[in-house]
Amino acid sequence: MTDSLKKERSNQKGAEQTTGASGALSLHSAAKSNWKDWLGLIPFFLFIFAFMVIPAGSLLVGAFQNRDGSFTLINFSHLLKPNIISSYLITIRLSATTALLGGLIGFLLAYAITIGGLPEGVRSFVSTFSGVASNFAGVPLAFAFISTLGRVGLVTVILKTVFGIDLYESGFNLYSFWGLALTYIYFQIPLMVLIIQPALDGMKKEWREASENMGASTFQYWFHIGIPVLLPSLLAALILLFGNAFGAYATAFSLTGGLINIVPILIGAQIRGDVLHDPNLGYAMALGMVLIMAITILAYSWLQKISSRWVK
Amino acid sequence: MSNGKTGRKALSWVWLVLGLAYFFIPLISTFLFSLKGKKGVLSFVAYQHVFADPNFLKTFTFSLQMSIYTILVGLILIVPTAIWINLKLPKVKPLIELFSLMPFVIPPVVLAFGLIKSYARPPLALVSSPALLVAGYVVISFPYIYRSIDTGLTSIDLKVLTEAAQSLGAGWGSILFRVILPNLRTALLSAIFLTFATVIGELTLAVLLAWPAFGPYMAHVGRDLAYEPAALAILSFMMTWGSISIIQILSRGIPGSRSNVGGLH
Repeated sequence: MTDSLKKERSNQKGAEQTTGASGALSLHSAAKSNWKDWLGLIPFFLFIFAFMVIPAGSLLVGAFQNRDGSFTLINFSHLLKPNIISSYLITIRLSATTALLGGLIGFLLAYAITIGGLPEGVRSFVSTFSGVASNFAGVPLAFAFISTLGRVGLVTVILKTVFGIDLYESGFNLYSFWGLALTYIYFQIPLMVLIIQPALDGMKKEWREASENMGASTFQYWFHIGIPVLLPSLLAALILLFGNAFGAYATAFSLTGGLINIVPILIGAQIRGDVLHDPNLGYAMALGMVLIMAITILAYSWLQKISSRWVK
Repeated sequence: MSNGKTGRKALSWVWLVLGLAYFFIPLISTFLFSLKGKKGVLSFVAYQHVFADPNFLKTFTFSLQMSIYTILVGLILIVPTAIWINLKLPKVKPLIELFSLMPFVIPPVVLAFGLIKSYARPPLALVSSPALLVAGYVVISFPYIYRSIDTGLTSIDLKVLTEAAQSLGAGWGSILFRVILPNLRTALLSAIFLTFATVIGELTLAVLLAWPAFGPYMAHVGRDLAYEPAALAILSFMMTWGSISIIQILSRGIPGSRSNVGGLH
């Protein structure tokens, strides 16, 4: 997925480069491409239509219907009910928190293995491991954190017996907001490493040397050169991490048993047993989630396009 | 200046240790936890319990079957399409790229919702058939499969290979099976292992479409037992590690395929 986004970026780059010749090119290919060529795409588009377009479309339609099937906008005003608004707010807070913290640690780690000058072996180990860890989510990840920070988890016990810090006495609970956040950060860090690495690779050594030769401090270098150059890539990565957490269901479900009030869990509960007592409100909720994800991906693509000016 | 460089490097080691601690402390804790099945001693008794549970084998086999169907359907659908597009209709590529973002925009929980709403009632009551689950899995893994195949296709000169084969009198069948697919070995294997890693422990679609898959089974074990879930987590991690390592070893040296494997949730 990450890669598909990256790919999209490089395609856009390619598109920009060829726009000059596009007039001639499209004429040429229009003459060559036959309407029969399109027949070859029918099976694929039938599948896409049946299992992506129809399901998404049916939710869209359902969100604008009342129980009798006639048109209404009432479902969207019901989205403002306190429990639904609060579930959106908690999900946004959870996604933003884990994007920022995971993004920060991931950035520092990516910095260490690129510009930081660590040996090539370390770099390839961290890259490989990031690939694995970003795919390690859902039920097993929840179990790993229960074994670590649960009531009898290893770190909980060590903190208590060796350092005299009782996490659960001091208000921490793995099955609440911060527990879930710490668990999400586990897959956010490696994703950040994978996304931001190309941007850091694009930071030229000469920029730093030039700024140092002119007497700039480390702070000045980052403030005037590093951060401005990296800003679009950084924002794009953080936005992608935000969406990554916003859509996650499996980890939250298996960690909290469905007891935390976040949007994916609420939608899941609605599917399993109409907890909202209103199917159409459920469709509106799902539509709200799709909208947020769509905005996320649009913002990501736009920022990546800007950052591709620097990252070559 | 060289002073600044050493400082930077020392700091880099600090960030590395910090990052790796976040990765490894939970893994080590889980592993130690999984060895505590027997009171007082470290043992693999939790793993024995896992393997002895008939539901473990039953659900794992079910998910393995689903992943094989997903791989077959996904490859049969996507490989010819990707070849066709690269060969005949490169202008359709942006459209496919757009569709490959859809599984992100429609997260699994929403996809399950839409599939149930669309296919629960008679004209197309697919909900009771595993075909709908496989269809959902193909949707989820479509971006991975398409990406691997497309990377593979752009790294070979598809047009020249095809025209050469045609000029030697090869038909479409032998072009596909004897020229193109052997050149896509690595890409195909990447797609297969990535799909396997995605489907084998998948929870969301399986639980919401109510199938006795491996993901829901693990979640169920987690509610009732203490040490067996840790053992299952270690086993899952080893499977993910194995799949991703195979992909990365295979795709070494192929441009553009380096970070094929970042998973979104």
